[in-house]
Amino acid sequence: MASLQPLTAFGKREPVSVTHGPLTITERTDIALASVAVRKGRAADLAKAAEKAGAPLPGPSLHQQGSPCSAFWTTPEMWFVEAPFASHELIADLLKSALGDAASITEQTDAWVAFDLAAPDLAPLLERLCNVDYPSKPEGYATRTVMEHLGVYLIKHGPGAARIYGPRSSAESLLHAIETAAHSVW
Amino acid sequence: MIIHHPILGPRDAQEFVYLGDASLIDRPDGMTAGVEAFHDYLYQRTNPAGEHQELWYHEQGDRSWLVVTRNTVTHEITKVELARDVARARGRTK
Repeated sequence: MASLQPLTAFGKREPVSVTHGPLTITERTDIALASVAVRKGRAADLAKAAEKAGAPLPGPSLHQQGSPCSAFWTTPEMWFVEAPFASHELIADLLKSALGDAASITEQTDAWVAFDLAAPDLAPLLERLCNVDYPSKPEGYATRTVMEHLGVYLIKHGPGAARIYGPRSSAESLLHAIETAAHSVW
Repeated sequence: MIIHHPILGPRDAQEFVYLGDASLIDRPDGMTAGVEAFHDYLYQRTNPAGEHQELWYHEQGDRSWLVVTRNTVTHEITKVELARDVARARGRTK
């Protein structure tokens, strides 16, 4: 059988990490992702199954940390669930068996590129990139927004810590946009 | 212009895409309503100077469809609802 090497969104073996001034951009390839959407009229069933399975389903605009599964709200009655890739490579199957037929679950891992941003203060960077008023948002805020014409999810983990999920096929463009904004700040 | 999204709160209008008259929700039954009703549904629009219900799509946000009640003279937005709720209230979703 062929021995296949996994490649990152940049076609590389190892995740990309870029430092500019106080900012560090780290590509995350160790996250498994799946979307969970309520089937019609089954919200109560899903909430019950999710509680039993230990999968958080936070309210609108929120990210909820959990172990091993974290989740963030994407649209009414739909969430993205994050888990460590090493233990949850088959995240969609695992969620399907945990949540039953109350939800429609779709594998998302390879559709996205994830960047962790770290700097003392991300506000001047993000205000150049998107429409979100970052400093006014609480920790654990998650929203879909647009950066450089790309639809992305932005999650606030702190004033100087954020995660961005962008379309995987535009990984280089998104990284370039973040770097360009960083160069105009620092 | 700010649109007060019923779930996400105030959002800039540039995040939204405008579709048109919210009467698009009231599609007649193609099997029973007849050609005239479908012609009217497709082509006839009222063009009020005043309160107007219209469909907006939150393209740069959570991608929900909204019914926005807007005054076409003053641009004042008096009401924003999820299109899903409006459609269900009108008996559109079984």
